[in-house]
Amino acid sequence: MKNDYIPQLSAIKEVIRHTDLEYTFRMEYRGEVKPGQFFELSLPKYGEAPISVSGIGEDTVDFTIRRVGKVTNEIFENYVGDRLLIRGPYGNGFSLENYRGKELVIIAGGTGLSPVRGVVEHFARHPEEAASTTLIAGFKSPKDVLFKEDFEFWKKQISVIQTVDAAPKGYEGPVGMVTKYIPDLKFDQIENTSFICVGPPVMIRFTVMEILKLRVPEENIWVSHERKMCCGLGKCGHCKIGSTYICLDGPVFNYTDAKDLID
Amino acid sequence: MGYRLSKTDGDKLFALWSKKGDLFAPVRMEGEGCFSDTDVIRYGNVSSPEEIEWETKSDYSFKEAFLPVNETLFYFTEDRTGVPKEKEKEILIFLRACDFHAVKRLDQIYLHNGGEDFYYKRLRDKAKFILMPCSGTCDSGFCASMGTNRCECYDSYMSLEGDEIILDIQDEQLKLWGKEVLEHIEETAVVPDFAEENKEYVTLPKNLSNHSFSLELWKEYGDRCIGCGRCNFVCPTCTCFTMQDIFYRDNGNVGERRRVWASCQVDGFTDMAGGHSYRKDQGERMRFKVMHKIYDFEKRFGYPMCVGCGRCDDVCPEYISYSNCINRLGKEEQNHEK
Repeated sequence: MKNDYIPQLSAIKEVIRHTDLEYTFRMEYRGEVKPGQFFELSLPKYGEAPISVSGIGEDTVDFTIRRVGKVTNEIFENYVGDRLLIRGPYGNGFSLENYRGKELVIIAGGTGLSPVRGVVEHFARHPEEAASTTLIAGFKSPKDVLFKEDFEFWKKQISVIQTVDAAPKGYEGPVGMVTKYIPDLKFDQIENTSFICVGPPVMIRFTVMEILKLRVPEENIWVSHERKMCCGLGKCGHCKIGSTYICLDGPVFNYTDAKDLID
Repeated sequence: MGYRLSKTDGDKLFALWSKKGDLFAPVRMEGEGCFSDTDVIRYGNVSSPEEIEWETKSDYSFKEAFLPVNETLFYFTEDRTGVPKEKEKEILIFLRACDFHAVKRLDQIYLHNGGEDFYYKRLRDKAKFILMPCSGTCDSGFCASMGTNRCECYDSYMSLEGDEIILDIQDEQLKLWGKEVLEHIEETAVVPDFAEENKEYVTLPKNLSNHSFSLELWKEYGDRCIGCGRCNFVCPTCTCFTMQDIFYRDNGNVGERRRVWASCQVDGFTDMAGGHSYRKDQGERMRFKVMHKIYDFEKRFGYPMCVGCGRCDDVCPEYISYSNCINRLGKEEQNHEK
């Protein structure tokens, strides 16, 4: 019988440093995986942490890790030439079919860009598959911007608004919350839109409020939720909200389902 | 078919069964209760009928038989992981009707919510259930209200009548293992004792909805609950756990990953790296637990999670009555509809 709790050793192929706190670890992995899914990453002694997939390569999978907890701190200290334990992928992930042919808007806050990066990447490489693609990505400050090289490429392929909450004097790019840029979005057919919104809970709440003001039908909105997930297998109970298990039924939800989730 | 066994035959049967499996039953542990001079009734291994506490309901449930309080998932050395060996013997679990129904709830999560859980499954496959009688009712149980007071699919039923053991066996293996004793005894009809009535009754609210999440009564419970989590630990249907890595003191490179029981009432249950957490208020946690037991679980799986054993009411140090909470919830809902 399959034992889902046993992790595999995976070699760290490359480390991409975005900020002081956020690195992308490119890990050895062969197998099926979708953007928006997550793995349990661990280092013996420090425990496991659920981390979403931020990129998919031929024999690799990327994890963009923010140094905020016990496990991630340790991963940052000990990565060089090392291996990590991984098990997964878990969760439903984003289904590209929901966005093909649509006027697609992806709104991401901070590390929220990681789970949705695969979707952005897909439509940046195949812009013809969507009616239009817009990315609104918000970071705290200019030094917190992730995936800087990707942004250069994306800006050539799709419409990109990369904003920061606050910036020092002399900063030339857009400043303000992601919500500031939603009212100005223009669409040919509001029924043919698709919105993806990923970020901290407060950001999701206010972003969806703005989207709904545009009279976008609820079923056109998708969100991805983050909760504590100890097992990823529907057993440990930590990520349960009402009758929903984020690890099994999510983390990606259509807003018609997500709006009824009360923690 | 059933049997009536003398004390000697009963002891022999236990000895025969013990060769094949560990007998796991409620045992009275004298003086080990929470308060001075009180006993606690917990599960433990037994080898004869008189070691079992037949009368009083156990304070803790049987669930640790296949959901240990802490369970090693694997050992690790620097590069390798190793899974603990499988238990060789079967487990024969003595339990009452409410707890027998709880097995179905545990199975629901560990076998049918997502994939099958490796560790649960391998212990569960070894389990046989020996039903104990409920002559009359316990003080706090409300199994009749929950429809969990009777059950039929037990492997065996056993009760004491004076010195005699009343036995019914439905499982062929148990019959075979006890053949040496049973083949000399004339078969007779045995009817299990079930609690038909309780002292406590609950009416499950029929129209719970998202509105029920915001009721004022949760705040009141929030003022009383101290978040000790005992209600979760005694509950036969609570299944949550947390992962834990430990390392051996004399060799820091060798250790094990365990899962340990977790409680949705205790701080830290929803804490995420980076500091965000949900349900910080004790009242929200009470709401989360109660709604899970009587609403959320049913919405997902089609029947309520709670089996009405009443242990959470017995154990609460703040005298919070969960059964009373359910009834209050029903009244609040009626008022809301009006």
